[in-house]
Amino acid sequence: MEPIVRFKDVRKSFGTLEVLKGVTLDIMPGTVTALIGRSGSGKSTALRCINALEQINGGELHVCGRALHNGGFDLRALRQDVGIVFQSYNLFPHLTVAQNIMLAPRRVKKIGKDEARALAEEVLSQVGLLEKADNYPEQLSGGQQQRVAIARSLAMKPKLMLFDEVTSALDPELTGEVLKVIEKLAESGMTMVLVTHEMNFAERVADQIAFMHHGTVWELGSGEMLRAPKTPELQQFVGSGL
Amino acid sequence: MLGLSPEHLLFLLRGAGWTIVLSLLGFVGGTIVGLPVALCRSSKMRSLRVVSSAYVQLVQGIPLPVIMFVVYFGLSIGGYELPALVAAGIAMTAYSSAYLGEIWKGCIEAVPKTQWEAAECLALTPVQRFVDVILPQAVRIAIPPTVGFLVQIVKNTSYSVVIGFFDLTYSAKVLNNSTFKPFTVFTIAALLYFVICYPLSVLSRRYERKLKRA
Repeated sequence: MEPIVRFKDVRKSFGTLEVLKGVTLDIMPGTVTALIGRSGSGKSTALRCINALEQINGGELHVCGRALHNGGFDLRALRQDVGIVFQSYNLFPHLTVAQNIMLAPRRVKKIGKDEARALAEEVLSQVGLLEKADNYPEQLSGGQQQRVAIARSLAMKPKLMLFDEVTSALDPELTGEVLKVIEKLAESGMTMVLVTHEMNFAERVADQIAFMHHGTVWELGSGEMLRAPKTPELQQFVGSGL
Repeated sequence: MLGLSPEHLLFLLRGAGWTIVLSLLGFVGGTIVGLPVALCRSSKMRSLRVVSSAYVQLVQGIPLPVIMFVVYFGLSIGGYELPALVAAGIAMTAYSSAYLGEIWKGCIEAVPKTQWEAAECLALTPVQRFVDVILPQAVRIAIPPTVGFLVQIVKNTSYSVVIGFFDLTYSAKVLNNSTFKPFTVFTIAALLYFVICYPLSVLSRRYERKLKRA
């Protein structure tokens, strides 16, 4: 089977600061990959490269059959294949929950209003928030807003979903409800890449864990890797985290 | 009353009516021109930003009465005999479009960048991002300062007196010339301006409070 995402010696700089210094990583369809590491290790940047929110400066990056390093690919088609959920939810405050979800399917996929509404209800029940369909985002808790953001992304039926520290803005109680939704998605076979600080969650849910350090994948392995780190850097990171 | 006949008062009220007409012209014209100015000012394309910024700087760097003169006499040199209302309307359009453009540019930029990013990641086109996501939020932010600026428009229509447009200030001047009661006449004119402007500033403050609560 072909990987759905393939990083090959990917480099990315912001001005003179090189953030990714040769990232190599394969992500297979139907798997969950967790990117862990300190702030500034490049994990969020690597994630944002996958849906071309950041353009890479060197190496090769293949996503859903497109070569992002060559340019000339259909950016909006890529965005339909790859959903992303942000730390700060980024729901549209002037739209209701249902309208937030319906907007992109209606505008981008041109589906009818009734069909879009049915779709919104379907993804809302997936995240357990059907009864909030006609509320505005400001009426929801942080955890609920984040679940709506996940539903909004799901409604585009992406092949791959990216999660950028989606629980970092939430208190522990609300973190749980969001992680539960992500875990359910993982069980349904959705391909996911998540940047996370939740080590227990990464260990339990992820098929592979990439420990990023100094802009590279420093250590790659399954959940057990966190219990028996090979490199002193991961050892130190895990030791400070757990 | 106060040594003025009802005809005199009616004369002032007619002037006030034309002040409102000119204010509306200035606001409608200012909106039609100011919206593209705001879009160009916050555009990604450098050339659009440079041109629109030059326009704003130019208009804001010239006193409104001078703009009135330039439009009124400048266009008549070119062979166009303009009624004072049209000349004043054009001048008010230029004036308010420059300021409204700046106000609205600020409102567009006040919508967090992350909203653009979220819309982009949902595969919306640049136009859809702006129309469906950014604009509705910018409009909500824009209502209080825009209504507040209406007060400036109303007051500044009084400069049209320099090209002889029959507005409230002009009618007060004419009335004073025939009645020689400057204090009475201009106090009434001041009250009439206040009656037009006060509801607008109340409305602006109310919108502002509403926005803060939301």
